Amino acid sequence: MILASTIRRILGQLRHDPRTIGLIVVVPTLLITLIYFMYEGQPAVFDRVALTMLGVFPFIVMFLITSIAMLRERTTGTLERLFTTPVGKIDLLFGYGVAFGVAAAAQATVAAAFSYWALDMRTAGSIGLVILIAVANAVLGVALGLLCSAFARTEFQAVQFMPLVVAPQLLLCGLFVPRDEMAGWLQTISNVLPMSYSVEALTEVGVHAEPTGIMWRDLTVVVGSIVVALILGAATLRRRTA
Amino acid sequence: MSEAIEVRDLVVRRGKKTVLDGFSCVIPRGSVTGLLGPSGSGKTTLMRAVVGVQIVASGTVTVLGHPAGSTPLRRRIGYLTQAPSVYADLTVAENARYFASLYGLKAAAADEAVEAVGLTAARGQLVANLSGGQRSRASLACAIVSRPELLVLDEPTVGQDPVLRDELWDHFRRLAADGATVLVSSHVMDEANRCDRLLLIREGALIADDTPAGVKAAAGVDDLDQAFLNLIRRQEEEVAA
Repeated sequence: MILASTIRRILGQLRHDPRTIGLIVVVPTLLITLIYFMYEGQPAVFDRVALTMLGVFPFIVMFLITSIAMLRERTTGTLERLFTTPVGKIDLLFGYGVAFGVAAAAQATVAAAFSYWALDMRTAGSIGLVILIAVANAVLGVALGLLCSAFARTEFQAVQFMPLVVAPQLLLCGLFVPRDEMAGWLQTISNVLPMSYSVEALTEVGVHAEPTGIMWRDLTVVVGSIVVALILGAATLRRRTA
Repeated sequence: MSEAIEVRDLVVRRGKKTVLDGFSCVIPRGSVTGLLGPSGSGKTTLMRAVVGVQIVASGTVTVLGHPAGSTPLRRRIGYLTQAPSVYADLTVAENARYFASLYGLKAAAADEAVEAVGLTAARGQLVANLSGGQRSRASLACAIVSRPELLVLDEPTVGQDPVLRDELWDHFRRLAADGATVLVSSHVMDEANRCDRLLLIREGALIADDTPAGVKAAAGVDDLDQAFLNLIRRQEEEVAA
């Protein structure tokens, strides 16, 4: 009940901000279009890069808006006030997870549909799986954003967590250098970064017509990372502060 | 049990500063109690301790018979923070309805609270587009929406039009008449006269705890401003002696 009205409240805040909705829906699609023209005449490369980016862009966008949204709850005092009401930490964390997950689903669906039909992206597996993995990655972005916002006092600090959290995952996910060709210690780092698994899952959908065991395992790792990040996020949310 | 709030030997430190050092007070139920003192005296810290969001170093705060901040209290208290803590990107009505929903209340309760703070005409406006005084009233609507047994209000009347301020005080008095306890901080002395009891704090210590008439009698003057000045001077002389 409280969870449902919290989800409604967060979606209501989004609804009053049409420009943000526009950016959420349009930006990944525009960037993938850019990639299309970068690799014009090399459809195989475009397929691989665009598929990876369908997972990466929602992660970045959702990480950013969630960490700023949560930071706003802290700095405007609404979080402090909520903690004097019957709201539970879980209501808040899942409220953000679900509400922004819905936004991410819309974003991933538009970007994937556009990539398939307008940009002629091809994958062996189905578009539905691509969207599923993209949304899981976006919710991972939400969960990590909630967690990181606890360590930022100001918006300036919050945005700096973006390169810190996103860049290593993007560099080491296997897009630039295949993971099994990296130095051993880089592979080890890559192995503990959740985005490596979502990119691998997307790659599996790219080359296999049917969902593979590796894909399901990777998706499970991503979902597990979401749960861990939310639990850590709950631990950093304190009803009492100094 | 007639006390709404009982504070015993409360010590609160923020950073290196000890904001409250062994603070004790009792606030009776069904009253309007004014918390007065200069900026930085510990008013907000005391209120935060009462609603259970302040980390305390030692001492106890008992609210409506329960330790401050415990789960059963969360349905029974309303808290207005000093800076308006409402969502700027929602309308007044949406804010009130969200806070109403946290207590399982319907939109009708939210609309009533919006009316009580005189914002019915602005109910469809985004909080971001309101004036400062309207924003703090929107925030107040969210604090009173659950008809709490204890209402903790941190400077609710700052920046309000005098007529409106008068109406808000009438509202607080009505809530107390219906059995609620209202703890309200202010630094406007003419408002202090409308309280049943006054707590004066300065530098984290309680200087006076009495009715407005009692405070004036103890200080031997008929003006609250002057009365507080006298009490502070008297206390400083005692400390010096």
